[in-house]
Amino acid sequence: MQIHFRHAAAAVALLLGLAGAAQAEQKELLNVSYDVARDVFKDYNPRFITAWKAKTGETLQVKQSHGGSSKQVRAVADGLEADVVTMNQPTDVSFLADKGLVAKDWNKKFPNDASPYTSTMIFIVRKGNPKGIKDWPDLIRDGVTVTIPHPKNTGNGRNTYLAAWGWALRQPGGNDKTAAAYVGAFLRHVPAFAPAGRDATTNFIQRGQGDVLITFESEAELIAREFGHGGFDVVYPSQSLLTEFPVAVVDKVVDKHGTRKEAQAYLEYLWSKDGQENAAQNYLRPHDPEVFKKYADHFPPIKTFTVAEVFGSWEKAFTTHFKDGGSFDQIYQVK
Amino acid sequence: MTNSRKHRVLPGFGLSLGFALVYLSLLVLLPLAGLVAHGVHMSFADFWATATTPRTLASYRVTFGCALLAALVNAFFGLIVAWVLVRYDFPGKRFIDALVDLPFALPTAVAGITLTTLYANTGWVGSLLVPLGIQIAFKPAGIVVALIFIGIPFVVRTVQPVIEDIEQEIEEAAATLGATRWQTFRRVLFPALAPALLTGFTLAFSRAIGEYGSVIFIAGNMPMVSEITPLMIISKLEQYDTQGAIVLALVMLVISFVLLLAINLLQWYAANRHTQRHSERKPA
Repeated sequence: MQIHFRHAAAAVALLLGLAGAAQAEQKELLNVSYDVARDVFKDYNPRFITAWKAKTGETLQVKQSHGGSSKQVRAVADGLEADVVTMNQPTDVSFLADKGLVAKDWNKKFPNDASPYTSTMIFIVRKGNPKGIKDWPDLIRDGVTVTIPHPKNTGNGRNTYLAAWGWALRQPGGNDKTAAAYVGAFLRHVPAFAPAGRDATTNFIQRGQGDVLITFESEAELIAREFGHGGFDVVYPSQSLLTEFPVAVVDKVVDKHGTRKEAQAYLEYLWSKDGQENAAQNYLRPHDPEVFKKYADHFPPIKTFTVAEVFGSWEKAFTTHFKDGGSFDQIYQVK
Repeated sequence: MTNSRKHRVLPGFGLSLGFALVYLSLLVLLPLAGLVAHGVHMSFADFWATATTPRTLASYRVTFGCALLAALVNAFFGLIVAWVLVRYDFPGKRFIDALVDLPFALPTAVAGITLTTLYANTGWVGSLLVPLGIQIAFKPAGIVVALIFIGIPFVVRTVQPVIEDIEQEIEEAAATLGATRWQTFRRVLFPALAPALLTGFTLAFSRAIGEYGSVIFIAGNMPMVSEITPLMIISKLEQYDTQGAIVLALVMLVISFVLLLAINLLQWYAANRHTQRHSERKPA
């Protein structure tokens, strides 16, 4: 049903796009993005439009489409005419590269592996931290339950899974066996997988599910805005996964629309001071050291590792862990 | 073909038959054909391997098991609800009657989220049941609850008109002939109701097999325990594995078709037997 909806949305977006093109000179970009990026780009688009107007005198319109990350790229592959994609998993952009819509070396087209900002996976616990959760080992103590979205089906869940695996791997004497053992124990403390990131949050905050919610650092602030700081505390584990938010120009579409210049500038501007400030204000870690310093109180220090460092690449991590028969399936099927 | 040569009261048989066939083809067969044609580009061994991984097998059990259970519950309680709505007058009857259709209209995600909130251990129902050790949300039981919710109108709405057609005098006649209440139900009412009840059951069952929106919120989605097959299909798509998704879709399609065919045969048999008995007036 959701998929149908996407197709309908794609069709509507297409029609809107056509109508816009027919209207004339005013150029328009469609940014197809993941679900929780709404707030970031709601703030970012006006900033870019103003800057672009000041620089070129051109009035630009930016339309947004949000939804589950993998569903969004499937819609783009099926014909949703996105000028740019801004995702939360590199595998999603690689999928488009495989389909020939995005350059094969898309992650070299922009600095920082084409991820303008980063985040990390942190713990959210009940107010006052009654179970005394401080780090990953605390999650597998008796009587502790953890709330996460489905590790196989959601970007949030995959990042959490890789964060847990990576932490275990980087312990003294850590290897694939110890990591698998830790993650297996960890998953036994997860009584239910939410269908998506936001549902995990709702289960934790509103339905009292679990002692710990694991999510993006940037999500913690959104949760606080939504539900107030009263109900929970944020805990930073000793180490966690640095999560990336890759962006790319969709070559096929911008060539057709004649919007390559604008699309490129739209994404480049994410690395400008203004763009980096926007990210920092939305609790996404900026690369710009000055901006980072300015908003240092948003970002408590935490040791992070990247997927490339620990798993080689996202593709490798994906194949080893989330493909059918991968480590996730093995944990549940060997019984 | 001989049928179409017969004289009919209403004209346009050929036209309407053609229209019905084209319409059905466009609406039902075309998407199904697309599914098959989109193609399974893999060997049978791969197909079989994809269709029978332990996680997938468990998901068939969960999907069809929970759907069956929910449809049985709905058949039983739906019959009672329909009976009450037809045979008794009470204040608020119209209101209750309208309420029955609500699960038809409600977006399934809303149903799922509401039920989850209700049955989670902080919810109204959950907070009463969990201390007793009865956990419904995030367990297979939750799936059944969601499927009962979305399936109930199918049974009520198919059985209701049939009950309306059974005249109360028939029950009275049975009573004057010395039938006990149970006998009246068992031998007089139930045979008349059975075909409709079976239809309602089938509708509720097939609806439950395909249900996704309401289930995923309350299911818990644990591999081997509470993952439904539609979720496995979504999971394949999330892995960009369209082929695998098609395999599971085809398997579901085949199992559903076989089950529905079996139920339809059963229904045909039940209806035949019922009319036969009536015409032959054989003492059973």
